[in-house]
Amino acid sequence: MRIELERRGGVSPLFSILSPIIALALTVVVGAIMFAMLGKNPASALYSFFIEPLLETWSLHELAIKAAPLILIGAGLTICYRSNNWNIGAEGQFIIGAIAGSILPVLFPEWTSPVVLPLMLLMGMAGGALYAGIPALLKTRFNTNEILTSLMLVYIAQLFLDWLVRGPWRDPGGFNFPVTRDFGANAILPEVISSGRANYGFVFAIVAAVALWFLMRYTLKGFEIAVLGQSERAGRFAGFSARRMIWFSMLLSGALAGLAGISEVSGAIGKLQPVISPGYGFTAIIVAFLGRLNPLGVIISGLVLGLTYLGGEAVQVSLGISDKVVRVFQGLLLFFVLSCDTLIHYKIRLIMPGTAEGRG
Amino acid sequence: MPSSAESGAGLLLAVENVTKLFGSFAACNGINLDIRPGEIHALLGENGAGKSTLVKMLFGVLAPTSGEIRWQGQPVRIGSPGAARKLGIGMVFQHFSLFEALTVAENIALSLDDKVPLSDIAARASELSHAYGLPLDPNAHVADLSVGERQRIEIVRALLQNPKLIILDEPTSVLTPQEADRLFETLFKLRAEGRSVLYISHRLEEVQRICDRATVLRHGKVTGACDPKQETPASLARMMVGGEVAHVSAAGTTTRGDVLLEARHLSAAARTPFAVSLKNICLKVRAGEVLAIAGVAGNGQGELFDALSGEYPVDIDDTVQIRGKAVGRSGINARRVLGAGFVPEERHGHAAVSALPLSDNLVLARYFSDRKAFLSGPLGLIRSAAVKAAAKRICETMDVRKSGEDPAAGSLSGGNLQKFIVGRELDRQPSVLIVNQPTWGVDAGAASRIRQALVDLAKSGSAVLVISQDLDEIFEVATEISVINEGRLSDAYPAGELSREKIGLLMGGLHGKTEAAHAH
Repeated sequence: MRIELERRGGVSPLFSILSPIIALALTVVVGAIMFAMLGKNPASALYSFFIEPLLETWSLHELAIKAAPLILIGAGLTICYRSNNWNIGAEGQFIIGAIAGSILPVLFPEWTSPVVLPLMLLMGMAGGALYAGIPALLKTRFNTNEILTSLMLVYIAQLFLDWLVRGPWRDPGGFNFPVTRDFGANAILPEVISSGRANYGFVFAIVAAVALWFLMRYTLKGFEIAVLGQSERAGRFAGFSARRMIWFSMLLSGALAGLAGISEVSGAIGKLQPVISPGYGFTAIIVAFLGRLNPLGVIISGLVLGLTYLGGEAVQVSLGISDKVVRVFQGLLLFFVLSCDTLIHYKIRLIMPGTAEGRG
Repeated sequence: MPSSAESGAGLLLAVENVTKLFGSFAACNGINLDIRPGEIHALLGENGAGKSTLVKMLFGVLAPTSGEIRWQGQPVRIGSPGAARKLGIGMVFQHFSLFEALTVAENIALSLDDKVPLSDIAARASELSHAYGLPLDPNAHVADLSVGERQRIEIVRALLQNPKLIILDEPTSVLTPQEADRLFETLFKLRAEGRSVLYISHRLEEVQRICDRATVLRHGKVTGACDPKQETPASLARMMVGGEVAHVSAAGTTTRGDVLLEARHLSAAARTPFAVSLKNICLKVRAGEVLAIAGVAGNGQGELFDALSGEYPVDIDDTVQIRGKAVGRSGINARRVLGAGFVPEERHGHAAVSALPLSDNLVLARYFSDRKAFLSGPLGLIRSAAVKAAAKRICETMDVRKSGEDPAAGSLSGGNLQKFIVGRELDRQPSVLIVNQPTWGVDAGAASRIRQALVDLAKSGSAVLVISQDLDEIFEVATEISVINEGRLSDAYPAGELSREKIGLLMGGLHGKTEAAHAH
């Protein structure tokens, strides 16, 4: 017996919309089974994982803080993936963006002009873009696989940050803790409303997602992205350059990841430390796919994935379950999203030896 | 040897009232077909008539929904290609299934159901190939062989099973006229041995020449069973198409103007190991001319199109001239702005993006040349109303049949999509049009419409370059003919002065001019 995937005649529009919801439901079901196997009451575990964080103002602010980088990075990745460029290294671009943006508050803390914050954001974007430019250069020059190069650059970025905060950038008055000095007030991304901690990073995320949606929906550039993503040859016939698209999509997604990095550091953390991201750059890949590679969909999926971080913290506190459960949930979600998408386009056919199609 | 079939007066194969449904669509609808021992039987029909579906049922790839297949009088169920081979049915597909990196003998071994030592296969294969006039070196690598030789592997592979019935799917579409003649001799030999051949084709002339009987299909039904030698091409075409096919008229393309498209000693290196390099190509197309470039597939047609269209610009600017301007190093859109239009060979994924609607596929080819009409503002917003109106206009002019207002390109039939792709260029009134394989895999009605459109464009004073493998098409539309072989282009001859035999010789590599005449 063998299993074949057979392309369906048409794609059901209803199921294309339902697919992420079905994936989410399946994730919850499997999650419940997992909680039960851990000896916890699945209902109360799911409640504290998914519902409780939504009930209080402060935790809604936390949700915005967690969702902001996911949406920013995820929106950029949709452009990358739609154009058939597979940037897997947003985590590294996030970190380098954070480092580049932190140059001013760490090395020139006495400079307190109001232009410091905008400059920091721009430098963060430039840092992320330049770091994403490395795989772009390697791909355009040597035809290397950007999945591998961008992924490997993540570990370099993480270790570089680690070295910086333990070495040259360590706070002189910080009792040898591996952190930089605290950013001055002028270098802190302000809060949006006074009721909580949510900062302007969330605003950037929404603006970026809407702008990219507009780009994809109405402009020639968006058309170019869609065409090159589906057929490089047709793009060439149209006079579009796949090479330039590699640069465009990598630099754009790198810049947004960099902006997310500096926003996180200057808004939520206030200094550099060895670890500044719980894996936002990788989780954003799930966000992009769960959002159906549509920048507006990414806003919703970014909030959903942001919730898994909060839920993980909540079950750790209330039920004593390891926060590794977050990774499990995110992995399940990506698995089900991709499976549901595949099954919308293909149906599974079992072929028994010795039988032919259509028999019986 | 199939002596038992010869002795019996019965039929070798009888298909009775066979229907194949895909959902509610009947690809084959109550088909009757019978094949006698020792005959060459033609299965005629346009693309989509149900030929392939019928043949797949005979070869065990598909199972009929209803009806009966009898083999030598016995009802049979052919469950798999292996079962078909055991019965004595061999098949040579139109698209070869060969591994380029393996040798001939290894490729044959892969298709055998039983395990036989490679040396035995090689010996048997070379014996068979000589017996049937199909010279073949069993130890040659497939990558080094011509298309005609590759086809011989497929035929020898089928013959090794000692079949009583051999099915050939469009075998001559990849051959020069001379290679086709050699194939016909092999078929006659098979017939003389009492084997039967089911010969699938849409080339009427060939069918009349070699086939004893013919069954004609249209829309999944049998529309005629006849002796092709008693019919005229027109009557066969009527059975195939169900009406008169408009005759393409090249009359009136006599006035010649300036040279609008020119290649001067155009050379280009091969981009991949399997591509062909262009060698010193010279051509001129004047206003009012249709220059057709004939040639067997894979002799540099695609590469020539790439260089002329600017999809892959060349190093020397002077080597390509459009309306007197050197454009060798310019991209495709710079050439479009000069008034050139392009139709590549592959519809899906080259000329059009299958998943995008027709209106988007119009933007694909025209956003630059029709910037003012289709785009607005510094952001480059696409004017969707203007684009949709233009797409509608093109569909009406070219009679593109589609479901819905603006369907995805992939949902159209080959012929209708090709009409749209050609219409997309004609809509701009291009002064130079370059078309690669204009009617490849297109039904006869659409093909004649497209060919007439090309001729009419030339009549209205444009220069048209047609690259084609189809000699019938070339004789219908061309005013001048050149032949491409291994990346070299022959001189151009007026279409009236060139016979099929002469073209065949040129296709096989015998050039009308000496190499030295163009050496540096």
